[in-house]
Amino acid sequence: MIIDYAKVGLKVGLEIHQQLNVNSKLFCSCPPELFKEEPEITFLRRLRPTQSELGQIDPAAFFEFQKGVKILYEANQRSSCLVEMDEEPPHPINIDAVEVVLTASLMMNMQPVDEVHVMRKTVIDGSNTTGFQRTTIIALDGWINVKDKKIPIQAASLEEDAARKTGTQDEGKTIRYRIDRLGIPLIEVATAPVIYSPKEAQEVAFAIGRILRDTGKVMRGLGTIRQDLNVSIPDGALIEIKGVQALDLISTVVEYEVQRQLGLLAVKEELAKRGVTAEKITSDFTDVTSIFKETKSKVIRKAIDKKQKALAVKLPGFAGLLGRELMPNFRVGSELSDRAKFWGRVGGIFHTDEMPNYGITAEEVNALRDAVGAGDGDSVVFVADTEENALDALKAVVERSQEACVGVPAETRTAKDDGTTRYMRPRPGAARMYPETDIPPYEITEESIAKVQANLPEPADKKLVRLIGQYGLNDKLAKQLIDSEYNQLFEEVVKNTGVVASTVAAFLTETIKAIKRDGVETENIQHNQIYDIFKAVGSGSLTKEAIIDVFIWLSKNEAKTVQDAVEALDLKLFSESDLALIIDEILHENKLQIEKMGKNAFGMLMGVVMKKVRGKANPELVSKLIHERIT
Amino acid sequence: MGELENSGYRGEALQLLKQADCNVGDILKVSSKGHVYEGILIPRFGDGGAIIIKMKSGYNIGIRPTADIKIEKIGKGSKPTFAAPPLPKQNTSLPHVVIMSTGGTIASRVDYRTGAVRSALSASDLYGVVPELSELAQVDTEIVFSLYSENITPQHWTELTQVIAKRIEQGVEGLVIAHGTDTMAYTSAALSFSLQNLPVPVILVGAQRSSDRPSSDAATDLIGAVKFAGEAPFAGVGLAMHETVSDNSIVVHRGTKVRKCHTSRRDTFKSINGFPLANVKNNIVTMIADDYLQRDPNRKLLVKPNFSDKVALVKFHPGLNPSVIDFYVENGMKGILLEGSGLGHVSKNCFEAIKNAIEKGVVVALASQCIWGRVNMNVYDTGRDLLSFGVIPLKDMFPETGLVKLMWVLGQTSELDAATKLLKTNIAGEYSPRTLMQEEKLQFEGGQ
Repeated sequence: MIIDYAKVGLKVGLEIHQQLNVNSKLFCSCPPELFKEEPEITFLRRLRPTQSELGQIDPAAFFEFQKGVKILYEANQRSSCLVEMDEEPPHPINIDAVEVVLTASLMMNMQPVDEVHVMRKTVIDGSNTTGFQRTTIIALDGWINVKDKKIPIQAASLEEDAARKTGTQDEGKTIRYRIDRLGIPLIEVATAPVIYSPKEAQEVAFAIGRILRDTGKVMRGLGTIRQDLNVSIPDGALIEIKGVQALDLISTVVEYEVQRQLGLLAVKEELAKRGVTAEKITSDFTDVTSIFKETKSKVIRKAIDKKQKALAVKLPGFAGLLGRELMPNFRVGSELSDRAKFWGRVGGIFHTDEMPNYGITAEEVNALRDAVGAGDGDSVVFVADTEENALDALKAVVERSQEACVGVPAETRTAKDDGTTRYMRPRPGAARMYPETDIPPYEITEESIAKVQANLPEPADKKLVRLIGQYGLNDKLAKQLIDSEYNQLFEEVVKNTGVVASTVAAFLTETIKAIKRDGVETENIQHNQIYDIFKAVGSGSLTKEAIIDVFIWLSKNEAKTVQDAVEALDLKLFSESDLALIIDEILHENKLQIEKMGKNAFGMLMGVVMKKVRGKANPELVSKLIHERIT
Repeated sequence: MGELENSGYRGEALQLLKQADCNVGDILKVSSKGHVYEGILIPRFGDGGAIIIKMKSGYNIGIRPTADIKIEKIGKGSKPTFAAPPLPKQNTSLPHVVIMSTGGTIASRVDYRTGAVRSALSASDLYGVVPELSELAQVDTEIVFSLYSENITPQHWTELTQVIAKRIEQGVEGLVIAHGTDTMAYTSAALSFSLQNLPVPVILVGAQRSSDRPSSDAATDLIGAVKFAGEAPFAGVGLAMHETVSDNSIVVHRGTKVRKCHTSRRDTFKSINGFPLANVKNNIVTMIADDYLQRDPNRKLLVKPNFSDKVALVKFHPGLNPSVIDFYVENGMKGILLEGSGLGHVSKNCFEAIKNAIEKGVVVALASQCIWGRVNMNVYDTGRDLLSFGVIPLKDMFPETGLVKLMWVLGQTSELDAATKLLKTNIAGEYSPRTLMQEEKLQFEGGQ
């Protein structure tokens, strides 16, 4: 779909979050590490909305509380202490983390605040054991240049990362969260909503990401950076999209969101044309369990065997609309289904626009239509689960269908890996924040600002000029390097290993990009591993030709060294005497040719030998040994 | 202007705010270093001279009163109003429980604007925080004190005893006393001695996390305490708090056998040298102990509210200067609780001072600083010597309960022999004849 975004009136604001690479968490001395093993510690909690502010309580959280939702936290001793468990007051703020945010702020021309005050932002979905997230503003009111446009940066904050959800149990009544991530320092950079196209959103995110990287103090790899996008169009709604993990997905996410909103507006028009109004969609639920007594549908069969219920509701005038696509693999029916999953804790819903299918027969569909009194122009939605869950699910379906008559509901959505988004929760009310009185205010003095200012990383444009001049890189390679996450690593490698600058640069940009395209998980490789690879090349114990093989092997074998790779891949270089023996043998085999061609046989011989010893011998040495033997 | 004077601002910041005629809660426009900030003036919190404003985004920031700062008042503050939720209907078939507040974390509410914590425990506050209470009991509330528990004195124990006694005479199914946790176990021991022959439960309850937090333990502790007070078959003084760091079990400890054992954890209270009385799980009361007084509304309460404040606690440590003991004796102390080492020892350097104290008519008792276990002063010479001077061993009583008992005993009689006899008599389960193997439960209990 080609969309004229200026005409549509698209506005995007960005919030970039990135974990900081400092030694400990923000309010305690635990290392910022995650764990994969079974938890050593579990504990069960309930979070209750505090009544004094009832009007502002997050409706989703209040709903979960009323349903008796409990949270089972998982922890281990290595990554969490009593602070993350909300069993000990927080320690004073991590000063190293404040300094990283100060550095980034000054690079974005921002004004640091004189005194840092930590706030509690109420969050009661369980992602924070306290029921609030600790967050603080470090600097305000800056700007960056992106493609000659001045983008205002509203605020740079420092906050604690949340616990990560690891699953649910007891029919959705218990949510599991792992608290290893809780408390890892995050920087949040927020732009004003002055971005007008998907492409521009991506460029701005990229520019901010580069500044954060240039601080040299942010984590890398999947899950360490999360972009939130605020997307709105005038007739649609302000949608908050959470957790876009990859930078290059941002433009797609924005495109799809505009498509979705335009699609929903078209649905609204169509419903109006059909005379469907919100009032006509009612919560009249029918128990249709008996229709499916003999069903072949596995999902419904399973529910009926567990003595659960099948409930159905009529959506008047919706026929054909539920199948309408809003984003790739996402239809109007998916909007209903997402809501049902969230509010009703069900696995999904069925609707007649996709029937007969999934083992449900035409006879069953007809019986269903009769049971709820649906005509040809109507759709029927049904769900099989415990009665409580099924009721909640259909209530959510009705509510969402009513909203379809009005337009686009404002909500918080979460981004998928393909750039589409899913319903996450309703938009929280005005964020309730109050002071974290357990943490004393922290003063940012003029001296500390001056100190950070004096040590600011080199700005990207200056660095580009320098890289070209100092290392003799061509323009294209230098630009790619600046845009990559490896530009600091590049200089370290070149300075300390003796490998030619252009070789290093080409590998860190073009080669890595190419093998990433081929599906190699390049983010698994740590910078120090890359450094070690070049160190081995520089010292002559690894050939240039073997770099890619070692790199790929390391990406597949976690926590291994370059040495391990060399052994596993059998890349140990031949000693000169072993190499000489191999060459002698090949010379012997090609005796006749050599006699015929004399010195001209060199090229042919070089080819034969290298084929045999590739990756395990330096071509220079092979060349020398052959030359010695055929002159 | 009073509010500004009491807002914590001093010096330059106070001067500037006065000049601009600003008060806490007013909306200010502050320009500094070429930037302009708008927000509500917040009281000064923590050290430091910066002016704190709450911006529209909800964040607070501090702005230093530098030479080029400009402050302009652009709006008057409105007082935050707290709209209490309507009181739920009382279910007259439920037991009648009185909740008394003495202060502390459990009885506090936060002012979301400033973050200041204020004490509050009216019935509507309570129902607001814990609506489930209306399904457990007909609750009546009474604010007795609003004190951090470190400020509670034996005088307050006496007052509290009398207030409780009055309520019991009027007829209630149970009482719950909300209390700061720091000295809550001292109070539970004190009430165990001052309220004898109780017809119903008197349950102390506290919180380790303030009730403004969604994660507060206040609500679950209170629910457990009210449930237990209203319907447990037990009569006597108990203390209800989290059993583990999970929210699924509230444990009730015996008033004389409980101690705060952790600075911050929810399950800070532990039964020492004895097992808990009961627990409340999934809204069900389960008695663990079998040696307790049965609830009996017709039993006649004995009120013995007096405590002496002429009692000192002396913790023995290597190098303890015996003149510390002399000092107490010279200053008119009537009782000294020695916190001895191990089975019940203090250095022979202190012998003269101890002998002197006892000769002057001071009651000298001894409990072990080990906390866990029983004093036995017959094993080593030191113990035997102390016994021969007339030091009274407090068996399996840990020092805090021993101290409170000594205060209570000397509040009942000033006669030495009578005091010694009373001290040795088991009044409220403070002594147990047997020391049982008591394994620490798994520290972290999750799941159901």
